[in-house]
Amino acid sequence: MIARNDTKKRQEMNHDAYPDNYIRGILNSVKSIAMVGASPVNVRPSYFAFKYLAQRGYDMIPVNPGHVGKELLGKPFVASLSDIGRPVDMIDIFRNSSHIMPVVEEALTLDPLPMVIWMQLGGRDDAAALKAESVGIKVVMNRCPKIEYGRLSSEISWMGVNSRTLSSKRQPAPTQGMRLSLNRMSVGGGDTAASDRAAKNKTEQS
Amino acid sequence: MSDRLPGFSTLAVHAGAQPDPTTGARATPIYQTTSFVFNDADHAASLFGLQAFGNIYTRIGNPTNAVLEERVAALEGGTAALAVASGHAAQVVVLQQLLQPGDEFIAARKLYGGSINQFTHAFKSFGWNVVWADPDDIASFERAVTPRTKAIFIESIANPAGSITDIEAISTVARKAGVPLIVDNTLASPYLIRPIDHGADIVVHSLTKFLGGHGNSLGGIIVDAGTFDWSTGGKYPMLSEPRPEYHGIRLQETFGNFAFAIACRVLGLRDLGPALSPFNAFMILTGIETLPLRMQKHCDNAKAVAEFLAGHPAVASVNYAGLASDKYNRLARKYAPKGAGAVFTFSLKGGYDAGVSLVSKLQLFSHLANVGDTRSLVIHPASTTHSQLDDAAKVKSGAGPDVVRLSVGIEDKEDLIADLEQALGA
Repeated sequence: MIARNDTKKRQEMNHDAYPDNYIRGILNSVKSIAMVGASPVNVRPSYFAFKYLAQRGYDMIPVNPGHVGKELLGKPFVASLSDIGRPVDMIDIFRNSSHIMPVVEEALTLDPLPMVIWMQLGGRDDAAALKAESVGIKVVMNRCPKIEYGRLSSEISWMGVNSRTLSSKRQPAPTQGMRLSLNRMSVGGGDTAASDRAAKNKTEQS
Repeated sequence: MSDRLPGFSTLAVHAGAQPDPTTGARATPIYQTTSFVFNDADHAASLFGLQAFGNIYTRIGNPTNAVLEERVAALEGGTAALAVASGHAAQVVVLQQLLQPGDEFIAARKLYGGSINQFTHAFKSFGWNVVWADPDDIASFERAVTPRTKAIFIESIANPAGSITDIEAISTVARKAGVPLIVDNTLASPYLIRPIDHGADIVVHSLTKFLGGHGNSLGGIIVDAGTFDWSTGGKYPMLSEPRPEYHGIRLQETFGNFAFAIACRVLGLRDLGPALSPFNAFMILTGIETLPLRMQKHCDNAKAVAEFLAGHPAVASVNYAGLASDKYNRLARKYAPKGAGAVFTFSLKGGYDAGVSLVSKLQLFSHLANVGDTRSLVIHPASTTHSQLDDAAKVKSGAGPDVVRLSVGIEDKEDLIADLEQALGA
């Protein structure tokens, strides 16, 4: 479980390779997710992820100042995090790395604080992560929650993706709108060693 | 639920497979169906738009094939895989994602004869230009790089002579050139060599060979290492640019470190059509469960047979990297410490005629054009697999007129040696 105000000394997080249990713990415990940069255009990755997470039972809130007054799959857009007006468990940031810091700074003004700040595939800002972690917020960078949910449930195996999990248990057939078990046996962590190494090299070069 | 890495044999049995949710069937069922019913119009649209995980049509994906894909991805240490109808289909689909007409790729000169043919003739008709390099001369790869180079292609253990390629050295050339390294790992299988651990960005296989292992089913597979950044410089538009086929999706942006496997599926397999039969996927999956056991036996038998041949008076030379005296033994010890594979060549003092005589007298070794079967196989490459090449190219690729190729099976090694002895001696 994730405590909203974790006072225990936090181990320094390795953002190059996440243990599956870290991601699993986040996806199993958050209920509401505010998606900053959510797009109503149905070929954008944020639209894919928003729709998938809503179908898997998360309470999704689209945040995008350009679309206030409109709805995304029945959920009204809000202009900013402070306009949400209720506690949210996780902020999912669909912005380029250079636009992450202001979003994190705004998230840190929320009361109560979110439990998790998640930066999408390609998004990484180590300084912003450190800031959030210093007040007990869990941070995930350069990952997609849809892909991670699909991977840990092995639903993504349907596309030939290496879920990095094993199970000898019979699961119910997945249907739309159903939450899936994410508690399969992990095969050595969140990503493959080679792809983690490549992402780390890219971060170091940039 | 600790993050513990299971061993290779556990992955060979379990990865990708789970009890069937509907029936509880423990073996992976053969989903012998062309198509899959949608829940509703929105579900159909989500699947067609790549927004949801699920099945549409077996030319694009099939649940039996998906188990095979995840299993090979897990064994190779890749992020995702795509199964196709043959090893040749895998090569077409991979290069279609990387090359535009007029582009080039560099390939090692020592390759399966069918690949040399495919690259030289069929791909030329697509405007994909192969530039040959010598895997024993790393600098020849560097010299071959031009601004139009889009990929480098090598075999980990090269056909026909079983020579070992220095994957790490060539991956350094590929990184410097900013192009992906494609490794055909058919003759090694991931049990002996995992090219991704040595810098490969894409791995391809003919599943027909050691992975399937029983000489009964054709298949091919493409494994995405998840290591290459496709976004730089617009060099790989199939991955980095909005795709009109999918209303403007950018595959790398959407699928991250398995975007290449998705591109192969939704742009390659979907449009070119070389789908793998689910029945073949089932047969190959069953084969993979015993890959570690078979592969070790193949290697142990091959070494015993190679040692026997090396000491036989009728044999001029043996090319087997598992022999301490072989010029590739240093690379074999580095890349394939469990064994140097089971495909190798030797030449007879009696030349072409002695080769023909040997093949005709063998009783256990089957004379046919395949490798990686449970049964031991023999062929004369110059007159068969490499017959399309001219004489100079035959010698360069290790298939000179006096050369005989063996694929050593998993029979008792004493029986294989006795068969060779009677055929050589009489």
